[in-house]
Amino acid sequence: MNWADLNLMPALPEMFLLGALLVILMLDLFISDAKRGITYGLSLVTLAVAAFLQVSTFETFSTITLSGLFVDDPMADIVKVAMYGVTATVLVYTRQYVKDRGLFKGEYYTLALFALLGMNLMVSAGNFISLYMGLELLSLSLCSLIALQRDSVKATEAAMKYFVLSALASGLLLYGMSMVYGATGTLDLPTVAKAVAGGSANTTLMVFGLVFIVAGLAFKLGAVPFHMWVPDVYQGSPTALTLMIGAAPKLAAFVFVIRILVQGLGAMVADWQGMLIIIAVLSMAIGNITAIAQTNIKRMLAYSTISHMGFLLLGLIAGTPEGYASALFYAVVYVLTTLVGFGILLGLSRAGFECETLDDLKGLNGRNSWYALLMLLALFSMAGIPPLAGFYAKFAVIQAIVNINLVWLAVVAVIMSLIGAFYYLRAVKVMYFDEVQDNSPITMPVDMKLILSVNGVALLVLGVVPERLVAMCVEAMQLSLHSL
Amino acid sequence: MFSNPLSLVIWTPIVAGLLVLATGGDQRATLARWLALAGALAGFLVSLPLFTQFNNLHGGMQFVENLPWIESLGIRYHLGVDGISMLFIVLNSFTTLMVVLAGWEVIQKRAGHYMAAFLIMSGLINGAFAALDAILFYVFFEGMLIPMYLIIGIWGGPRRVYASVKFFLYTLLGSLLMLVAFIYLYFQAGKTFEIEAFQALAKIPRDVQLLLFVAFFLSFAVKVPMWPVHTWLPDAHVEAPTGGSMVLAAITLKIGAYGFLRFALPIVPDAALEVAPLMVGLSLVAVVYIGLVALVQTDMKKLVAYSSISHMGFVTLGMFLFTGSQMNVWALEGALVQMVSHGFISAGMFFCIGVMYDRVHSRNIADYGGVANKMPIFAAFMMLFAMSNSGLPATSGFVGEFMVIMGAVQVNFWVAALAATTLIFGAAYTLWMYKRVIFGDVGNDHVEHMQDVNKREFLVLAILALAVLGMGLYPQLFVEKMHLSVNDLIAHVAQSKL
Repeated sequence: MNWADLNLMPALPEMFLLGALLVILMLDLFISDAKRGITYGLSLVTLAVAAFLQVSTFETFSTITLSGLFVDDPMADIVKVAMYGVTATVLVYTRQYVKDRGLFKGEYYTLALFALLGMNLMVSAGNFISLYMGLELLSLSLCSLIALQRDSVKATEAAMKYFVLSALASGLLLYGMSMVYGATGTLDLPTVAKAVAGGSANTTLMVFGLVFIVAGLAFKLGAVPFHMWVPDVYQGSPTALTLMIGAAPKLAAFVFVIRILVQGLGAMVADWQGMLIIIAVLSMAIGNITAIAQTNIKRMLAYSTISHMGFLLLGLIAGTPEGYASALFYAVVYVLTTLVGFGILLGLSRAGFECETLDDLKGLNGRNSWYALLMLLALFSMAGIPPLAGFYAKFAVIQAIVNINLVWLAVVAVIMSLIGAFYYLRAVKVMYFDEVQDNSPITMPVDMKLILSVNGVALLVLGVVPERLVAMCVEAMQLSLHSL
Repeated sequence: MFSNPLSLVIWTPIVAGLLVLATGGDQRATLARWLALAGALAGFLVSLPLFTQFNNLHGGMQFVENLPWIESLGIRYHLGVDGISMLFIVLNSFTTLMVVLAGWEVIQKRAGHYMAAFLIMSGLINGAFAALDAILFYVFFEGMLIPMYLIIGIWGGPRRVYASVKFFLYTLLGSLLMLVAFIYLYFQAGKTFEIEAFQALAKIPRDVQLLLFVAFFLSFAVKVPMWPVHTWLPDAHVEAPTGGSMVLAAITLKIGAYGFLRFALPIVPDAALEVAPLMVGLSLVAVVYIGLVALVQTDMKKLVAYSSISHMGFVTLGMFLFTGSQMNVWALEGALVQMVSHGFISAGMFFCIGVMYDRVHSRNIADYGGVANKMPIFAAFMMLFAMSNSGLPATSGFVGEFMVIMGAVQVNFWVAALAATTLIFGAAYTLWMYKRVIFGDVGNDHVEHMQDVNKREFLVLAILALAVLGMGLYPQLFVEKMHLSVNDLIAHVAQSKL
């Protein structure tokens, strides 16, 4: 290794994150339960500083460092900044919830930061090994987080399922990667890309490897037919953890897919396009249709997530920079919307009571019309009704696939989103048209109330003026994909 | 942007609606009502310059505003009106004012939210009529579903949930396919969503045209609604509160018909010509069969709802009467007059039923009888609306139907003959209902205790009555505005794109 070429600047935010994380980990040992707020505060400060470092080291070109293990490009920067923000928001939303359930511990925060570090690594990996390490760091942290509520049977079961199935998925992924290694003799993504494009790789072996990799990725995204774990884990985990699984990791998983399929195996687009079409259509169909039958709202949102992953894949299927940008936009909007939806559920839960069935939302408009309105915005955004942000997300991915003349796929997609509209409408109906059942007051910490309001209103504001965010996604994708 | 009259008519009611929403719950209901009235009045006033400053001698779009909006996706904030859409914007702003007055003290539950929903919807509807960018149109077109869904669902009758969900999903089904059509056209027209660029496309193969027409048809026919996709309308009307019914009948149905004129006919003229016989057939079914269905209704609101479908059948009939590849100018202008006139009449009819419902809490014809004895002023007004609904000369209802029948005679005698039966059926169901409800001896105790209209109700009835009479006596005022735009449209549609 040539030490003079070792440029650690691009990885500065990650290094800071790791350092701060270790400090918090040690410090927390000396903090009494009553002062646990310090750990919480330090975690938020860490996130803020990391985000600041990320923004201040922003470059409009890609930098590859650590012998190709680490890539820093605009796409990674944008997604990482989003993930810091999302993680901070999750920590704020869940504080009261974890306090009420005795989970307000140092481990909760350090593990959340470890998960974030894993995601950062996934987002910035330039090599199959670093991709895999990031993924495992994320999965294992989340798994322990779910199991943190030790005496809850449901949570333990969810953690077990998550662990076993993510291990299986990792196995598939590794198997696929090893085949790619066999065919190309390298784990470095740009070199793999060159080998595939140059035709020096064994095609049969590559296609087999691709099948396993796509299966592994579909597992991680929670796309049909590898979706079985999603509803169970969403429902079984404490709502705070459901949000943690459902928010930032989706962004990371998206970039993970881009790194492997587009930057590594971009030359095999014709091969993975067909597979993704099947996965996307099945995800949209099964996700939306099964969601109709759910009465548990966490489970319903899990199926809704599956269908959203199908929509997100549409952008990748297009195989064009605009398509990837639309998928990135979709992921960002999806995460923003999910934060609002689960934020409301967290706010409605209190010590000894979990808000998780549709009936728990009954007459919410009569109890508190502001929270009902925020939830309404989130639901209509998920349904893709204008003028909410979710509409432009769906619009952009559909535009991308019509651009490559897959009009039939666009028609399938809109029909599926029509089916999806039904269960979102039902949730709105429960909040607005039904009578109040449980009239206990809703108490929400002021900071959470404020951020949740901003978060909810953002869905509408982004619906009226989405240009900035769309343009940012398009630019980030063009800059990142152009340079490879 | 805020100096353009079109932006003003869109954003004034929306901002007013948000302000009303901000007044909070029922504690400040009075403030919310007055604020809503001020907002609706302001919305109406800013729409008037569109009518008075409209240049009748200028073809094409007026009051144009064209700003970049979402450039990355190729969407622009492009507004403009021609003689057709301008009329509906004014009509809509007018109806919103009526609706706010109509719901004044009738709505006790969350009055502020009710008023806010109507104001926001009014702005969105204006946007749909003013949009010259297809996606901008779509955003307004779909966005108005949200307030309407809530209006029916929260303030509606007993089966409101069923009706509201049905309304929402039916309309969404159609419009989603239209969205795909827009995106397809975007690439054909050289990466632009300008509606005028879609219309200017020189060549579209026949098969593609037919598919595009199907997408437009599903979207707009549901909204009109045409037989056989009309079944959501009676449900929605019956369950909606009075104001909801007024807006639905007076305005939202017109957006469907407007869509045919703005999108289906000029963008895919050859497909429209090819399926015109089918469209004429469906329209005649609506006119004749739905007219008969209206005859047997026992619920007044349902009866007027079916009557709306039947009258809208006339509108679609007028739009699809072709001689060769030439649209019939009489029929087309008749259809437009009918649309405006139906806006006034149906608002009046639904308001009348609302007035009676507030007193007796029943919409059943059988629960009434002899209302004229107790409410003479009201009976006189309702008489006017009923007569106009049956197409009595000198009221606005006559003009449109007469013009469409005139046009139909030029095209095909039998079509005209069938269409003309509406004059019989329309009179039969409307006047028969009127007779059973208003005339005769006082039917029961409830009717015995009915009070005649109060000042607020009188005001709404009087304004609507003036509009109906004014349009019947001097339709020229409206026709001269639309004349040039209609001719442009006909000339455009006559050019084949094959």
